[in-house]
Amino acid sequence: MMMPVAAPPQETWRTFASRALRNRSFVVGLLITLLVAAMAALSFVWTPYDVTRLVVGDRMLPPSASHLFGTDHFGRDVLSMIMVGSRNSIAVAFVAVGIGMGIGVPLGCWAAARGGIVDEVLMRFNDLVFAFPALLSAIMITAIFGPGAVNAIIAIGIFNIPVFARVARAGALAIWPREFILAARAAGKGKARITTEHILPNIANLLLVQGTIQFALGILAEAGLSYLGLGVQPPMPSWGRMLFDAQTRMMVAPYLALFPGFAIVFTVLGLNLLGDGISDIIDPKLRRRQ
Amino acid sequence: MTAYLVKRLIAGLATLVAASIVVFGVLEVVPGDPARLMLGMNASAETVQVLRDQMGLDQPLAVRYLDWASGMLALDFGKSYTYSVPVLELVSERLVVSLPLALIALALSTLIAIPVGIFSAARRGQTADTISMGAAQIGVAVPNFWFALLLIYVFAVWLRLVPAGGFPGWESGFWPALKSLLLPAIALALPQAAILARVTRSAMLDVMSEDYIRTARAKGMPRRHVLWRHALRNAMIPVVTIMGLQFTFLLAGTIIIENVFYLPGLGRLIFQAITQRDLIVVESVVMLLVAAVVLVNFLVDLSYAAIDPRLRARQ
Repeated sequence: MMMPVAAPPQETWRTFASRALRNRSFVVGLLITLLVAAMAALSFVWTPYDVTRLVVGDRMLPPSASHLFGTDHFGRDVLSMIMVGSRNSIAVAFVAVGIGMGIGVPLGCWAAARGGIVDEVLMRFNDLVFAFPALLSAIMITAIFGPGAVNAIIAIGIFNIPVFARVARAGALAIWPREFILAARAAGKGKARITTEHILPNIANLLLVQGTIQFALGILAEAGLSYLGLGVQPPMPSWGRMLFDAQTRMMVAPYLALFPGFAIVFTVLGLNLLGDGISDIIDPKLRRRQ
Repeated sequence: MTAYLVKRLIAGLATLVAASIVVFGVLEVVPGDPARLMLGMNASAETVQVLRDQMGLDQPLAVRYLDWASGMLALDFGKSYTYSVPVLELVSERLVVSLPLALIALALSTLIAIPVGIFSAARRGQTADTISMGAAQIGVAVPNFWFALLLIYVFAVWLRLVPAGGFPGWESGFWPALKSLLLPAIALALPQAAILARVTRSAMLDVMSEDYIRTARAKGMPRRHVLWRHALRNAMIPVVTIMGLQFTFLLAGTIIIENVFYLPGLGRLIFQAITQRDLIVVESVVMLLVAAVVLVNFLVDLSYAAIDPRLRARQ
């Protein structure tokens, strides 16, 4: 029997959504991520207590109904500090991913489109950046040019560039030999136009997955830098700094070290699950294996 | 094969040269005069100038770069601005802490992750797989310095089994010294083990769906035999690649972990050197770490050849 040769049916938005909602990683990851984002958004308009007000009488209170996560050595409410800290973590990681994508993706696409010497030079440059342990270089950059959120963003962002360049290049190289690209070339489209109209939409999924991974790594890196005192500066609360302050008071108030750590793990876990979920949903090869 | 390794070797050396130019260049633009820093704010301009001449700070950039780079090749890293001792001495003092720490962590992470990954892959979809991969998913999300704090609380503050920090030195005996490296090594190893276990599992699953595995099973080879003899060896290439990458993470991780545990290692040395603007120490340690990364990458390339005979045969 002859089967009619037809294009594979285009998946409708509804079947795609129902498939996404059946993926446990995706759903749990999305919920956690939305929860953290909501917490950060809420902190702009409301926190249980004012994080800039020091209440000496309320120092290091254990968790209770009035202070769910207790108070720190200045009498500040830990829950409120975690809420405000979340927006710093998110902002630093988000902008760092933006820098990595904004510079890395065009470079990777350019390398894939041009090939030859351009490709070779860009990729060797990539290797060079990879030879520097990223966190070490981030520490160097923030320590030399001064600690603070902006330098932390730049330091983390720089090391996102080769990651996105590599992913974009590998993705683009897999798309270029495809027939629809040949058709586009035959229609007289230039390389730049093909890249923006055909390559980018086809590698967007890959970039999205990498984006969530780098976002999670960015949050971990920001926490590490601010633990070392090189990230967001006090009195602005940050999760890493809270852990640093908790360390010397661990004998008296171990809960101080607990909640900021949970916040980091929760956020990173959510993003990683989301990334896993997205790549499960969009990668048919993996889907079969489930 | 030889051609491939020679090519990788040349690429590694080129990376080192390029890295040295970058490091030298970056630290060149950093504000602050090393001579002024060494002598303090009260020194007269003439004294500073004399020291600048001695240190050759007024020589052209290229001359100073060549001096510095050729010095490093002869293992002469210069003298620390703040400690006034040869950098080599400082570094080797610290290396006896950091190197064992990184190696123990790498060994721990490998010994935990690879069996767990294989076990998970062999029991794909079963409860054991779900539990271990769930644990790995959480392990990936745990920042190593927070895990370090938890370990300190449980094992040092609460159970009092090991010191909470500090390093007694190897001269105080092997066991006391090792004991103070134990918690830091575990803190470093766990998040890496979680990543490695996930990679091992997915590499094993990829290999297990290959035709030759089905053939081996079909001809009656026991499942265990197929797993260890055929699947594992083929799954090792991505695993070794990730292990190489992890070495870089471990090196950087030691900077934070050594600060958590107050260990006098390379990480703490570089952190202090940066804050004290002791640039010559910073340059040397960064170059040392980059050289370690390049060396490990080369070893990874070598191990590909050991794992995959096809690579050995290819000219």
